[in-house]
Amino acid sequence: MIAEIGLAALWLAAALSVLQMLCGALSVRARGAGGAVLTNLTRPAAVLQGALAAVAFAMLLWVFAITDLSVKLVAANSHAAKPMIFKLAGAWGNHEGSMLLWVTVLSGAGALIAAVERRLPERTMQATLAAQGFVALGFYAFLIFSSNPFERLPTPVAEGMGLNPLLQDIGLAFHPPTLYLGYVGLSVAFSFAVGALVTRQVTPEFARAMRPWVLGAWVFLTLGITAGSYWAYYELGWGGWWFWDPVENASLMPWLAATALLHSASVLASRDALRAWTIMLGVVAFSMSMVGTFLVRSGILTSVHAFAVDPERGSFILALLAIYIGGALALFAVRAGTVAEGERFAVTSREGALVFNNVMLSAILAIVLLGTLYPLLTEAFDVRVSVGPPYFNPVGAIFFVPMLLVMAVGPLLRWRRDSLARVGREMALVGAIVLAALILASILGEVPLLPLIGLALAGGLAVASLLPVRGRSLQRVPMATWGMVAAHFGVAVALFGMASESAFSKERLAAVAMGQSVAVGPWSIRLERVEPVAGPNWTALRATLLASYRGGEPIELAPAARDFWSPPQQTTESALATRWNGQLYTVIGEQADDGRWQLRLWWKPFVPLIWLGGGIIALGGVLALIGRVRTDLRRRSVLRRSATRRSDRAALTAEPAE
Amino acid sequence: MKALRFWLPLVALVGFLGLAGYMLTKPKDEFVESRMVGKPLPFFTLDPAVPDRPGLASRDFATGKPRLLNIFASWCVPCAAEAPQLKALAARGVDIAGIAIRDRPEDVAAFLARYGNPYSAIGKDDLSEVQLAIGSSGVPETFVIDGKGRIAYQHIGDIRAENVSMLLKKLEEAR
Repeated sequence: MIAEIGLAALWLAAALSVLQMLCGALSVRARGAGGAVLTNLTRPAAVLQGALAAVAFAMLLWVFAITDLSVKLVAANSHAAKPMIFKLAGAWGNHEGSMLLWVTVLSGAGALIAAVERRLPERTMQATLAAQGFVALGFYAFLIFSSNPFERLPTPVAEGMGLNPLLQDIGLAFHPPTLYLGYVGLSVAFSFAVGALVTRQVTPEFARAMRPWVLGAWVFLTLGITAGSYWAYYELGWGGWWFWDPVENASLMPWLAATALLHSASVLASRDALRAWTIMLGVVAFSMSMVGTFLVRSGILTSVHAFAVDPERGSFILALLAIYIGGALALFAVRAGTVAEGERFAVTSREGALVFNNVMLSAILAIVLLGTLYPLLTEAFDVRVSVGPPYFNPVGAIFFVPMLLVMAVGPLLRWRRDSLARVGREMALVGAIVLAALILASILGEVPLLPLIGLALAGGLAVASLLPVRGRSLQRVPMATWGMVAAHFGVAVALFGMASESAFSKERLAAVAMGQSVAVGPWSIRLERVEPVAGPNWTALRATLLASYRGGEPIELAPAARDFWSPPQQTTESALATRWNGQLYTVIGEQADDGRWQLRLWWKPFVPLIWLGGGIIALGGVLALIGRVRTDLRRRSVLRRSATRRSDRAALTAEPAE
Repeated sequence: MKALRFWLPLVALVGFLGLAGYMLTKPKDEFVESRMVGKPLPFFTLDPAVPDRPGLASRDFATGKPRLLNIFASWCVPCAAEAPQLKALAARGVDIAGIAIRDRPEDVAAFLARYGNPYSAIGKDDLSEVQLAIGSSGVPETFVIDGKGRIAYQHIGDIRAENVSMLLKKLEEAR
């Protein structure tokens, strides 16, 4: 019964998305005249559609929570003996369930703009909601016709197949929902861009309306990528934090596009420039989400993020991609010329710096996209290649390094026109720090070129990012400016972590007898014992290590090799010791013939800063979002009050005439 | 000219759609083929994997007679599955050399005792060095080596009953 309610909710939501699309489109055509009834239907349809999608998703959670084994998806991905949190997480740890989550977020975002967004001209809003409904419709069709999560088995099975043990981790419980909020939140930017193109209303007002939505999606995307990277780092036991895997790239590409979009939307909002460019980024950002979805689900590229793949699903998503993105880009091609160019500005100006960084971000995006698709391209000619760090790192750096330099200076420049001489003192300071860091790092040890540049730029950028608030009364600095400062500072922190990890990491693979000690970096690690332990749905061999930093008080670490029995699979559970200046990473391997145990040890100086930096970047986004929303609320209340005052005055002046 | 550049994103998308659509129709080939096919065997010398068979070296192949080179391991399930086919090939007079990958002598001996021993020589490759050098990415794989010591053909995965006559033909061609 529960599953049927879920399916019915999906069908109803699909029907409402048709209504939303038609009402929106017709009221755009009617130009407000005579279409009042239709116009009034669009927003409620969007809200109700979002609610129904949420109902469907809640039903899916329910069947997973009670482990209803007559539902095919539950039987294939869950197990009665799993802890509750992983039963729930199992709902989105598979293709169908995660697509339902995708759609729920999509229509939830649509419902939210329908409910609260009132700044834009109503005709643009109608077009936006029509576009959002149209996108949702395609994904409902995809769910219902080729990925039905509520499909029943003809006869219920006795026990489920279980969830991939790698996914039975608290990090996974939150990683996909966060990422999806980001991915799919960008659909709002897409719909706004389409709406503005349809009505040719690409104005600063439009950018101001779109910006908080992009910010919100961007914050979630940042958090999702950061969490995913940390999950891969500690759960997969390879000691790496980014692998340039196609699916990782699929999350990075929308982030790059969204970052560029945020900055170009700022230019459009403040200076009415970069109109066509902002629109295009709005379309591109969501395109990247869809391309990512296609790459992951079609199985067209080999990746560690394996979903149960199926060429039919691949073709379906490809068709959706062709319709939505093709349609939007065709509209862009036809309309962009008629969206007037906007204001001009000098090269040395805030806009100039933002444009430069936009171009660099887009170049990095192009490089990542090319690297991700290149194996696909060569495979069409029967040549097998894999593209990895030797391509992405140096080629990306070509654009990343100049971007960081401009990022240090840009926020100090004034809008429209400025001279570098005015910020000469600040630039000299930043330059001196970069130089000092370069020299210091090269004295400290043999550091390869890229990490060396990274360390130096991180130092310079960390200081430069704080300069925009220097000499200002800190209470009067707008919240959005604090957001920018925090985000830029976060980039410096993360960059420092990345550069330090690749420059100073120490790795040690050793076969260790009981009671014996090994050293890695400043740590000395002794193997105390190895013992079997049992968990709810696994058994494990757990080692106890005593790790001492520079001969200090030893701390206990317990890396384990877990054997899950449903489905049977082995995972390595790394054990980490975090200090302010880095992380010790330990993994236990196999036992050798002579009774010694393999230990894999890393000392990674300052590696936690990578994720801390990611968190600070996201925090910057949150601050900016709070700032923007507060400004908007204040503006609304001012408008409301002046409207009341006006009507009061009208009433007063009208009275004597009675 | 200026209006044309607005079409570029669409052109890029159409290119992507074309490529992705084409690749979706192609069956996905998960095998990694060796780039060494057609080239001489790389130089190697391997110690014997079991006491009752000699070890294996690259120079053993340039004898004017084509041989099969079978890469196997006692821990590999498909290797056990292909044992009857190897036996059939050996019965037809094919000379089969083996390389045992990451294995222990007693395990190899037990494996051969259980599934039969069609090999005239077995080298032990504890670090997969030779396996990687000849471009094999997994076990089992079977190579046809011609009389001049060149790799003439690579068969990936276990040998099925229907592959036996094909391998005999390849051996004939490599003569």
